[in-house]
Amino acid sequence: MKKSVFLGTVAAATMVAGMGMADTLADVKARGELNCGVNTGLVGFAAPDANGNWTGFDVDVCKAVAAAVLGDSSKVKYVPTTGQTRFTALSSGEVDVLARNSTWTFSRDTDLKLDFVGVNYYDGQGFMVPKELGVTSAKELDGATICIQTGTTTELNLADYFKANNLSYSPVNIDSNAEGEQQYMAGACDAYTTDASGLAATRAAFADPENHVILPEIISKEPLGPAVRHGDSNWGDIVRWTLNALIAAEEYGVTSKNIEELVKSSQNPEVQRLLGVTDDLGAMIGLDKEWAKRAILASGNYGEIFAANIGEQTPIGLARGLNAQWTQGGLLYAPPFR
Amino acid sequence: MSEIHAETVAFVRETMLPAEAPPAREAGAVKWLRENLFSGPVNTLLTLLGLGIIWFLVSHFWDWFAHSVWSANSLSECRQIIAETWGEGARGACFAVIRERWNQYVYGFYPSDLYWRPTLVFGLLFVALAPVLFSESRSLRRLILGLTTAVTLILLVALGTPVLWLIFAAAVTIGASVIAERHPLYLLIFSALYPLLGVWLLWGGSIWGVIMVLVGFGLGWGAWLVAARVSPMLSAVAAALVAMIWWIGFAGAAASDAQNLIPLGITPVDSDQFGGFLLSITIGVAGIALSLPLGIVLALARRSDMFLVTSLAVMFIEFIRGVPLITLLFVASLLLNYFLPPGTNFDIILRVIIMVTLFAAAYMAEVIRGGLAALPKGQYEAADALGLDYWKAQRLIILPQALKISIPGIVSTFIGMFKDTTLVTFVGLYDPLKSMSDAVRASTSWKGIYWEPYIFVGVIFFLICFGMSRYSMYLERRLARDHR
Repeated sequence: MKKSVFLGTVAAATMVAGMGMADTLADVKARGELNCGVNTGLVGFAAPDANGNWTGFDVDVCKAVAAAVLGDSSKVKYVPTTGQTRFTALSSGEVDVLARNSTWTFSRDTDLKLDFVGVNYYDGQGFMVPKELGVTSAKELDGATICIQTGTTTELNLADYFKANNLSYSPVNIDSNAEGEQQYMAGACDAYTTDASGLAATRAAFADPENHVILPEIISKEPLGPAVRHGDSNWGDIVRWTLNALIAAEEYGVTSKNIEELVKSSQNPEVQRLLGVTDDLGAMIGLDKEWAKRAILASGNYGEIFAANIGEQTPIGLARGLNAQWTQGGLLYAPPFR
Repeated sequence: MSEIHAETVAFVRETMLPAEAPPAREAGAVKWLRENLFSGPVNTLLTLLGLGIIWFLVSHFWDWFAHSVWSANSLSECRQIIAETWGEGARGACFAVIRERWNQYVYGFYPSDLYWRPTLVFGLLFVALAPVLFSESRSLRRLILGLTTAVTLILLVALGTPVLWLIFAAAVTIGASVIAERHPLYLLIFSALYPLLGVWLLWGGSIWGVIMVLVGFGLGWGAWLVAARVSPMLSAVAAALVAMIWWIGFAGAAASDAQNLIPLGITPVDSDQFGGFLLSITIGVAGIALSLPLGIVLALARRSDMFLVTSLAVMFIEFIRGVPLITLLFVASLLLNYFLPPGTNFDIILRVIIMVTLFAAAYMAEVIRGGLAALPKGQYEAADALGLDYWKAQRLIILPQALKISIPGIVSTFIGMFKDTTLVTFVGLYDPLKSMSDAVRASTSWKGIYWEPYIFVGVIFFLICFGMSRYSMYLERRLARDHR
């Protein structure tokens, strides 16, 4: 620690500016560890267990990138970031990838100098109401009190939606999801609004989930995806295509179980390219031939990751919905590996 | 005489009557109740109101507490047990979450096989504090050291400490207890070494860094001795300069060289593995220990006659007091990152400690300035009349009285600062109150739990703050010199 303090002091005095020439891939390889920004705790997406091991849907993206780049999915340093610190942590270089259920928006992509490399979860804002209220559509919420997290895009979406539909509401401002649940359960508000995935997780944790309904309206688009810094396109490519590899693997039926077999026997040329049997796609992004194979082996393909963390077999119980492959009516569409 | 009496009065009692029992309403519990709770209409009304509120709270929450579940693996299991034991629809507290996650509330993400290290550091904290806090009372010191020794050693054995460290811990704690009986002042040597030992044990790594820091002190002392022959002012400057040059220029390289030569160290632990009360107490203790001296210096500077010193002190104090702590924490965690080149690792906990210290020091300075202002002018004049120079006057006459007056304020600042350590949640550190509870709630088994973690953390915070408050009262009583 002493040494790092000293380095920091010297550095502050000299103010070396080296941001533009960053080579994140080389940095990560030299460090031997991927710094991955995650949520401080969001059920299903990123959470430390009793032993401090991180699991979750976003965490598996970190693991896949670490496996592709470093060959070991455990070589990840999880940097917990709050809603306020996440983008600064990324742009200041504290983390290499930000996999923290962040919505891809215009201003974040441009003004904040981030690059969203794709979407790993298509979310949207919904409403939950107690069944006894008898409400079946968000349009019937005129005059309702609504619990809403302050300082989030959900707050703005809510205002937009009610204005567009000429409805009125009175907000009950809350600070965190846990507080929102508590207020909602205590009857401080008629409806609770947040991302649909969050609503499902919240409802699943109630003592009486059958007495609460999630209304069918989804009032916003919340494409959540991993982000990297502007200015290092090669690193952006690596993260983007690692994510695409997970999605493509599901499309082509490559799972962590059958992958070794497919490497030997698959006749599908796309799978052969993906797994590095033919062609050397890895070399084009500065990695070796088997990068995608390792990424898929880390925690499985997209479908496996979904099922293990937030899918219908888990307590959260999310259906695939928009997050199904394009072949099954969803929005997941990985560009060809060629 | 007796004859006269015999003539005028029929009977004179010559012994005292035994005291009658006081009337029932003037004795025992009844008297206490009458005097304290029902002494008048207003008091009676307030008592009844208070009883009403207590009854309201107990009647609403008693069943929740009474139906506590301590062993379950998830919230749904808790609910099931409550429903089975107390019937459908009963509600109850699920303290099983504390039972399963207590280690994270206490140690954060510190490696579990190294839990003994923070525990040892915490135990040794009391050994280091005993000669400072209880310098005059041998019996109290004995009690504190005895308790510390017993509790620390039992905990260390329970946590599976390596034998070598167990021997070290036993030697230090028992040794300190023995030395405290005869020469308590010698213990101050350990108190002075404790910060280095504590930092090394908490963060781990090579011991050579610690040794090189000590070498810096040694070199500084040497420079002091050499230069003291020329002038006392020069010696202070020389000592500081030599030590600084050593630490900045050579200590790092020397430590890594020595480490390469003779590897000697313990497993390093990263700052991001700190969390829970380990984090709060680390920041709190460091902040308290550093902010008091800094606060004293600032208070003296603010009352100084020198214009530059005064205005700098005023600017610093007013700036820090005018800015919320959260802002300072954001500066520490976010803004500094932009100024530092990428890749530099300026430890986040250290940054937070610096900011918290500066923040508390500004308040401390004002509290102490209050104490200085409360001293009668005669004390300052008396010090001058004795021919003492500025520093001697402050050290021997002014500060001991001013600090004594300021004790309640100082301890209030300490307590406030300790509770403020939970604000580190905003910079992504795992404070026990919010971040850790949110992290626990983020696991599917404990999602939906709300009050139980708050109650657990609140109780521990209360115990620590109440302890500090009682100590300040004890200190005030002990230092009371006024004539009653």
